[in-house]
Amino acid sequence: MKKLINKVDDVLNEQLKGFASAHNDLLKVNFEPTFAYRKDAPIKNKVALISGGGSGHEPLHNGYVGSGMLDAACPGEIFTSPTPDQMYEAAKKVDGGAGVLFIVKNYTGDVMNFEMAADMAREDGIDVRNVIIDDDVAVKDSLFTAGRRGMGVTVLAEKICGAAADAGYDLDQIEALCRKVNRHGKSMGMALTACITPANGTPSFDLDENKMEIGIGIHGEPGVERMELKSANEITQMLVSGILDDENYTRKLHEWSSDKNDWVDVKVTDEPIGNGDRVIAMVNSMGGTPISELYGVYSKMEELLEAAGIEIARSMVGHYITSLEMQGVSITLLKVDNELLKFYDAPVHTPGWHQ
Amino acid sequence: MITKQEIINWLERAGEIYEKQRGYLTELDKAIGDADHGNNMNRGFQKVTENLADHSDSDIKNILSMVAKTLISSVGGAAGPLYGTLFLKGAGSIDASDEISDSDLLHFWEEGIKGVQARGRAEAGDKTMIDSLLPALETLKQSIGNNEEITKALEKAAQSAKKGMEETIPLIAKKGRASYLGERSKEHQDPGATSSYYLVSALAEAVSNNSSE
Repeated sequence: MKKLINKVDDVLNEQLKGFASAHNDLLKVNFEPTFAYRKDAPIKNKVALISGGGSGHEPLHNGYVGSGMLDAACPGEIFTSPTPDQMYEAAKKVDGGAGVLFIVKNYTGDVMNFEMAADMAREDGIDVRNVIIDDDVAVKDSLFTAGRRGMGVTVLAEKICGAAADAGYDLDQIEALCRKVNRHGKSMGMALTACITPANGTPSFDLDENKMEIGIGIHGEPGVERMELKSANEITQMLVSGILDDENYTRKLHEWSSDKNDWVDVKVTDEPIGNGDRVIAMVNSMGGTPISELYGVYSKMEELLEAAGIEIARSMVGHYITSLEMQGVSITLLKVDNELLKFYDAPVHTPGWHQ
Repeated sequence: MITKQEIINWLERAGEIYEKQRGYLTELDKAIGDADHGNNMNRGFQKVTENLADHSDSDIKNILSMVAKTLISSVGGAAGPLYGTLFLKGAGSIDASDEISDSDLLHFWEEGIKGVQARGRAEAGDKTMIDSLLPALETLKQSIGNNEEITKALEKAAQSAKKGMEETIPLIAKKGRASYLGERSKEHQDPGATSSYYLVSALAEAVSNNSSE
């Protein structure tokens, strides 16, 4: 393992200290329990947004803390979900009296830890809602798996809901908006190489030089299919087809019901993306793939979307949600209307997204 | 009857096992998960062992609640809330005392495992920690029903847990990150079932060592 680190056990804290100092104009980092929060929190009467997950996906989530996006982010150990006390303390810190939305990627650990945190915060009288993001179309089946994983749509949900919170949406409205973003967004990713977490020191999975892994998630876990390495055009074709050919995906999501005062399973069906739709198109590096290669993917993606009658309303090319130094790419398409575009275009000041 | 000292020995023994098996558990998790289970369990139980030092005056219920809170706040992943819930619900089912009866110990596991299933929504055969915990519970229930010696009962429960753990090898995972692999999750032993077996076997060791002294 060759990494720019000191002692393995100190990696996370050292990096967070540096992160806090480098961005002290925007945010602060609390330790024990660990969470990053915007410097001016709590904002009175604004719905607070909190997300979090394993570290190693930077700039997600800490890098999206600031005005116009997240009020707080809770980083776990690398590729390990955060613990409930982190989200609980973060919720108390940033709640401005209008309630808190937890944006949760659909990974078993994340879902359970955020649910426990929501239960704890509710006991303190804080109104908390959990929205699960599960946009990874590589996972076909929700009955025999933990369901689709959260990927690039998470970044867009944080951006769009952050802007809506600034615009004065209440908690019910933001929860509904976040669910809409999730229903309208789809992603698919692939890896050319695995990545190495400092704690393990060896690759997270074994991938031969001439092989690639299609349908990876973002935690260094293996994907759904391993195959011979293909060209950028062929890979882009596979990812775009995966998204556009996606059947009406229906699954049950665990949501908090304010009426029943309990967790309930709600059946949700995604919107297809096709002819006549406008999209925000994201080409995202898994960490180790340079921006230059992403533009090659973008070019082919644009051609394919044009052929399918889909208009790219906004484009994003870069590192948004990564897997340490893994080489690979993910494509995210979010079907947009004027409401979503307006919030996408709104100003934002965070370490990872400035506009 | 289980004494407070036996409970403390159990938790310390579990800490030793997780420290020793950290690499092995992570290796199992690398095959079908995300390669952090050994590190997470070890981090949690080292913290439990540390916290035990401040609990010399606590009763068993308090100690087990401390374990729950410690695991919930230090393990992370899916294992944190699941093992945390096991201890939280288990501790909630017993009286505050310096010793507990055999049937209290059975309640601890019954309620704890029920809690794990409610939180994780896993059933037998999903290739999870439930696959070693349920057989262990079933055996323990039978043995205690037959008035067997607790040392013997726990030894048998540990054997059932081990068998359940080994029987996860041919299963296709239906929960957690391993579930994304579908057929490819076959021929691998489940890391959660393995760490659960260690927890049961640590208890069997702690209780039998104590009674033979």
